[in-house]
Amino acid sequence: MAEFLQFFFSGLTVGAIYALVALGFTLIYNASDVINFAQGEFVMLGGMTTVFLGLAGVPLPLAALVAVIATVAVGLALHRFAIEPARGASAVTLIMITIGASIFLRGAAQVVFDKRFHGLPHLFGTEPIRLGGAAILPQSLVVLVGAACVVVLLWLFIDRTLLGKAVIATAANRLAARLVGINTGRIVGLSFAVSAAIGAVAGLLVTPIALTSYDVGTLLALKGFAAAMLGGIGSALGAVVGGLLLGMFEAFSAGYVSSKYKDAVAFLVILAVLFAMPQGLLGRGRVERV
Amino acid sequence: MRALVTHRLAALAPVAAIIVALPAFFPSAYYYRVAALVLIFALAAVGLNLLMGFAGQVSLGHAGFLGIGGYVVAIGPTYFALPSWLCIVGGAVVSGVVAFVVGRPILRLKGHYLAVATLGFGVLVAIVLTNEAAWTGGPDGMSVPRLVLFEWRVRGSDTWYWVAGASFLVGAVLALNLIDSPTGRALRAIHDSEIASSVLAIDVARKKLTVFVVSAVYASVAGSYLALFNGHVTPDIAGFLRSIELVAMVVLGGMGSIAGSLVGAAVIVVLPQTLTALHDYEHMVLGLLLMVFMIFLRRGVVPSLAALAGRPA
Repeated sequence: MAEFLQFFFSGLTVGAIYALVALGFTLIYNASDVINFAQGEFVMLGGMTTVFLGLAGVPLPLAALVAVIATVAVGLALHRFAIEPARGASAVTLIMITIGASIFLRGAAQVVFDKRFHGLPHLFGTEPIRLGGAAILPQSLVVLVGAACVVVLLWLFIDRTLLGKAVIATAANRLAARLVGINTGRIVGLSFAVSAAIGAVAGLLVTPIALTSYDVGTLLALKGFAAAMLGGIGSALGAVVGGLLLGMFEAFSAGYVSSKYKDAVAFLVILAVLFAMPQGLLGRGRVERV
Repeated sequence: MRALVTHRLAALAPVAAIIVALPAFFPSAYYYRVAALVLIFALAAVGLNLLMGFAGQVSLGHAGFLGIGGYVVAIGPTYFALPSWLCIVGGAVVSGVVAFVVGRPILRLKGHYLAVATLGFGVLVAIVLTNEAAWTGGPDGMSVPRLVLFEWRVRGSDTWYWVAGASFLVGAVLALNLIDSPTGRALRAIHDSEIASSVLAIDVARKKLTVFVVSAVYASVAGSYLALFNGHVTPDIAGFLRSIELVAMVVLGGMGSIAGSLVGAAVIVVLPQTLTALHDYEHMVLGLLLMVFMIFLRRGVVPSLAALAGRPA
């Protein structure tokens, strides 16, 4: 039982991060149909910028804030200089552009920062909390609470503000949104900014536990994407559920089966979901018009 | 029919002439090495181009087949004392069978879903190659015995240049043949509209599967060459970045253009070599170029240039 709880909590912690990455994917996908493979780089930038500002003597809370703002700026630049000029390109071309952006950002991070692994101090120390025989790091709770806050804030923004409703309208039907006076280009830009912010926050939350380096983005992006697929692409709730489930799958298979193949789980999940129920757990089926 | 054949060979004649004449300008063996790499990757790109450019199906996991081809020529001779040439064929068969089994369910998917499913397949192959260290040497990879063809030891960059060049030309001719066959026409019809083609009694699923298997075989042979040429193979051969490079070669050169695949392979292979002086900036430049090409030369280099010159590619 203790073992089970231990795996459960570690799965939940990792899953929360996947959920945030998946949420970022979903936002951009809904607003623009773009699958943003640079989503993982946002997570990396959030963590790495904070680490290096901290090393330069900036107090950590300020460093974290600057890191989020810098990542948002990168997200906006990505939209403005790479996605906007390629409007109307095919899905594959857009995927290749964001993959190019991801390689570029990774290369830039390698030059601006370095190639080593870095961590951040835990917010409430490293003394584990005992619960039913399982040991939980306080930082795991920080990750869970932080991720929950992001989800709630995002929900409030989307559901309760006029701007949020414009985002929904753009996702639902771009032409109709434009007809009622929504500047859809700006909404897409906004979704990139919010996605980048969510990614950066995920990076801040997870770096104390998982460490960060210039190249952590790729695997995170792939797993976040697997989570979004599992939940049903385009569904925000699905992204959260998918992320948590994927984290669990990974933790339990690493614990009970083999930790060697921990990273393979995400991809087996992708393939299984695609074969069995391509619309995911909570996604809507899509009817193709001829 | 004969007109068709001569037309097809005529289209490849300038490419063949360039391959034959180019070594006259090579100052050192290093140039042979880079050019051989270009030709090997071009072979894989031609196969992928059949899938992407003609059938309109994307694969972000084709490096998985490079990996299968590469490791079969490493494992076969090392553990089972099989001749390397037989392992090239064996690798192609294994890749073809894997593509057949995996392709069946995967190719039902479209667009993003297909991209992600193929991506998942490629990464899985890389993970298996990394983890089965008893057979594959793990992340450090394993050494590959040299290719011996009828007592003739294929070694040295210049020899490999000719082997790769000949193989590329054979691969290109076969690809052009396929494109001009009824299957090729069916594939182009699928590219334009799957529903219209199924109305025309084209077995869409089967044609897609056929071209997926063919493209896997191309990639597998290229992977075998790569491993034999380098004398060493690591799981990087099947990595995500490799798959992206393959797709970049096809899209950069031009989807549906066989000559374009060669151009795309040349750009992607030569670029990092010329950038070694700027070693730290290599990834930045690669990413930037990928974005710039995708944004501004969306149709690819060769078709864009051909459009400028006012004739179809």
